[in-house]
Amino acid sequence: MLQKVYDWVDERLDITPLWRDIADHEVPEHVNPAHHFSAFVYCFGGMTFFVVVIQILSGMFLTMYYVPDIIHAYESVYYLQNEVTHGMIVRGMHHWGASLVIVMMFLHTLRVFFTGSYKKPRELNWVVGVLLFFVILGLGFTGYLLPWDMKAYFATVVGLEIAEAAPVVGDFARVLLAGGDIIGAQTLARFFAIHVFFLPGALLGLLGAHFFMIRKQGISGPL
Amino acid sequence: MSEKNHRVSRRQFLTYTLTGVGGFMAAGMLAPMVRMALDPALEAAGDSEFVSVGLSEDEVSEEPQRVDFSIELDDGWYSSEQSRSAWVLREGNEILALSPICTHLGCTVNWGTNEENPEEFFCPCHFGRFERDGTNIPGTPPTRPLDVYEVEVRDGMIYLGQINQRG
Repeated sequence: MLQKVYDWVDERLDITPLWRDIADHEVPEHVNPAHHFSAFVYCFGGMTFFVVVIQILSGMFLTMYYVPDIIHAYESVYYLQNEVTHGMIVRGMHHWGASLVIVMMFLHTLRVFFTGSYKKPRELNWVVGVLLFFVILGLGFTGYLLPWDMKAYFATVVGLEIAEAAPVVGDFARVLLAGGDIIGAQTLARFFAIHVFFLPGALLGLLGAHFFMIRKQGISGPL
Repeated sequence: MSEKNHRVSRRQFLTYTLTGVGGFMAAGMLAPMVRMALDPALEAAGDSEFVSVGLSEDEVSEEPQRVDFSIELDDGWYSSEQSRSAWVLREGNEILALSPICTHLGCTVNWGTNEENPEEFFCPCHFGRFERDGTNIPGTPPTRPLDVYEVEVRDGMIYLGQINQRG
């Protein structure tokens, strides 16, 4: 049945070469854990992406219940955590996944560093990776405020003071991020927009570039 | 295809196992999220509470009288007071509390506001009319009687519950 549907579409649109081109690629021996178990370190990039996918999915579902408003934000998080069936699990996935992305990304960075994979001709991919690192840190920072509890509020107080400490542009950066002089309604709305639209957009674009380059250049050779 | 002739190739075996394991992981990941999204539709309807409308049983007569009252409405994380009204009247031994919402398109009906039919409920939007007991009058737009509140009498006072459809 499925095969027939596929054939029907393929006959008209010739989609086989498209996915073949993406899916069929060699996995060199030195990155295959079946040959050398220590090659599992090459999995960290994929693991990071896997957790990012979980973050995007669980985040999409969380926005069904969350409202970015200082009166109702905490109440809506409380509601989805305690009243909605499996809300606790989905928020748990997003909460723990947030830390896990950073851990995986860090391990991936270490692997790339210690295998020297950042060297020519892959410098650009390293640069994109560093940008990804900042985008993910930004996602963590903006997401932290959204529950609008004490921890969220004071973490953002500290975060914005760090921004303010920057020379010359400090004040400007702080007001821009907070959307005003105080951390309040405008800050929450702003952080929400950054967290669910701006940074995920940047993240997907950079991931696209990251993956395009690794396919174009292939995995770096053995040590 | 018989068991004997069907030899599973290495590639097929790997395809099956990888699809199976992948599908299992995807399902485990998506199940809580989907269940969470479906929650409002799967949640059992909460039984509504009865609220006093400040009218004693003795005050209810055959003549419909309008009572305004408010209920506590829980809407997820947001709870609010909502005003409701009802037309309360005595019908034989029964006390009827009619919802004032026209069963045609949801305008508000009033008692005796149509000069030609003073003993009827009248909806000004499309001239829907209802009998004193809420039955819709044939030939006017509404297709079913006015909805009724559940009525309870406690210590001689009228309490109204949820709204139910009739007919």
